[in-house]
Amino acid sequence: MTFEQAVEKFDPVLGLEVHVELNTETKMFCGCPTTFGGDPNSQVCPVCLGLPGSLPVVNAKAVESAIRIGLALNCSIAPWSRFARKNYFYPDMPKNYQISQYDEPIAVNGYLDVEVDGQTYRIGIERAHMEEDTGKSLHMGGATGRIHGADYSLVDYNRAGIPLIEIVTKPITGTGAKAPEVARAYVTALRDLLRALQVSDVRMEQGSLRCDANVSLRPSPDAQFGTRTETKNVNSLRSVERAVRYEIERQADVLDGGGVIVQETRHWHEDTGKTTSGRTKEEAEDYRYFPEPDLAPVAASAEWVDQLRTTLPEPPAQRRARLQQDWGFTDLEMRDVVNAEAVELIEETIAAGATAGGAKKWWLGELARRSNDSGVALADLGIDPDGVARIETLIAEGSLNDKMARQVIDGILAGEGTADEVVASRGLVVVSDDGALTVAVQEAISANPDVADKVRGGKVAAVGALVGAVMKATRGQADAGRVRELLLETLGVQE
Amino acid sequence: MPALSRDDVAHLARLARLELTDAELGHYAEQLDVILGAVQRVSEVAADDVDPMSHPVAISNVFRPDQQVPGLTSDQALSGAPAVEDERFRVPRILDEE
Ligand SMILES: [Zn+2]
Repeated sequence: MTFEQAVEKFDPVLGLEVHVELNTETKMFCGCPTTFGGDPNSQVCPVCLGLPGSLPVVNAKAVESAIRIGLALNCSIAPWSRFARKNYFYPDMPKNYQISQYDEPIAVNGYLDVEVDGQTYRIGIERAHMEEDTGKSLHMGGATGRIHGADYSLVDYNRAGIPLIEIVTKPITGTGAKAPEVARAYVTALRDLLRALQVSDVRMEQGSLRCDANVSLRPSPDAQFGTRTETKNVNSLRSVERAVRYEIERQADVLDGGGVIVQETRHWHEDTGKTTSGRTKEEAEDYRYFPEPDLAPVAASAEWVDQLRTTLPEPPAQRRARLQQDWGFTDLEMRDVVNAEAVELIEETIAAGATAGGAKKWWLGELARRSNDSGVALADLGIDPDGVARIETLIAEGSLNDKMARQVIDGILAGEGTADEVVASRGLVVVSDDGALTVAVQEAISANPDVADKVRGGKVAAVGALVGAVMKATRGQADAGRVRELLLETLGVQE
Repeated sequence: MPALSRDDVAHLARLARLELTDAELGHYAEQLDVILGAVQRVSEVAADDVDPMSHPVAISNVFRPDQQVPGLTSDQALSGAPAVEDERFRVPRILDEE
């Protein structure tokens, strides 16, 4: 069944669970660093290794971040909140339990508005709770590093204990054929919000933002919810959309063929674009949650919450609308900017002295092209807003032309220093000395008498060929506008 | 009131990865029943005006600042591990073959 047929015949219901790693200096319950990419088991201590006798203590900053996230998601902040033990045997948690929150989460009952094709969808937030991340396992032997068929596993606990916030939506209904796009728009909006709050790196490719997608189908919007599956390992925005779409098609096929959906965990495979069956409900763990006796409850006073409320940033959607107005971009232009993740870059480039149009021209033009070619995000290309602004200034002053500006970018990206250093070391100077240009202009005219005649005869557009000749003679270092003026002057033509 | 069945004990034993014989299941069911009975007595004295608590001391908001504290080196961390490979804890197969 095609996707179109599937959503024609069934009404999809979604539920999204997003785990976000906080960017605190230290872990949730101990003073170990949270830096990504350290040597295995070099960022551990008795607490996060679960050694006997060690005791956890809550990281104040993590609680603050949790409350700020809750507030930004329009949640109520619980005046009384507790941690709970989630018990299970799995070597990624050395304690044999994960400290999480169960029936008393820090934040409940909020929403986040997202927009798809001009329509706003209000996504209800069930809860946001605090917990700790698990260690990382490498599965050895067997095929392709998968846990099934592995002979043994190797565990690194650097990640174990890093503060996580799990954000769970209420059932998302009424999205119909837009369900996959709404799912993606939600995770995108959530990522932007978390980034604006500066509480996380929100890098899906590094796992600091992870999404599990629950999908179920029902015959009509007034029917009861169908049986859902939970797709794990959805680790890019594009995958969120693809995984939801795939799961809608798959379930529709099963239901249409008279089958039943099994409540189970499914794994998303980026390479094949499919999900495969994982644990079924019957095998699912009984986690035996109980209040964590080693930790005191968190009582968020009204004063504390109010104080944190004053630290909330302008909501990303509102901020975008304001910037679009300031910059005078059309909806389409702004959408391109947002899609290219260039909002902050352009904002900073303008702050560094460029015009809105100039900043956009470079970030969405030359630099976006290089970003696409290399697969490196714009922000990581190796040129910063100051550099781009400086290039724009040099162009405005007439000391660089666009072609030379691209060479300056080459130099900056190659690590040759700042814009000015590259200009100096590569000898990139616009030839603006009229004396030198006049010679080149005369030569161009005598070498192309036919063209010169055409221009004299009133075909001013033909002067382009002469401009090209002069630019070539000056190895692109002349100011094309000035060259044109000089040519027309010499030929006695007025525009 | 508590009446822990042998099935309950078998379930708990499975969750705790304990392999119990039939005789042990019966034995522990009896013992656990006694323990639950003892704990149950608390509810006889707990009135409605007493909030359940998870911590023996009525305190809240015990936090530490977000500051690094030296931990263990990887050598120290791995020193008690039964098996180590590539600076990681080596653990037996997690899932059986399907
Ligand atoms: Zn630690």
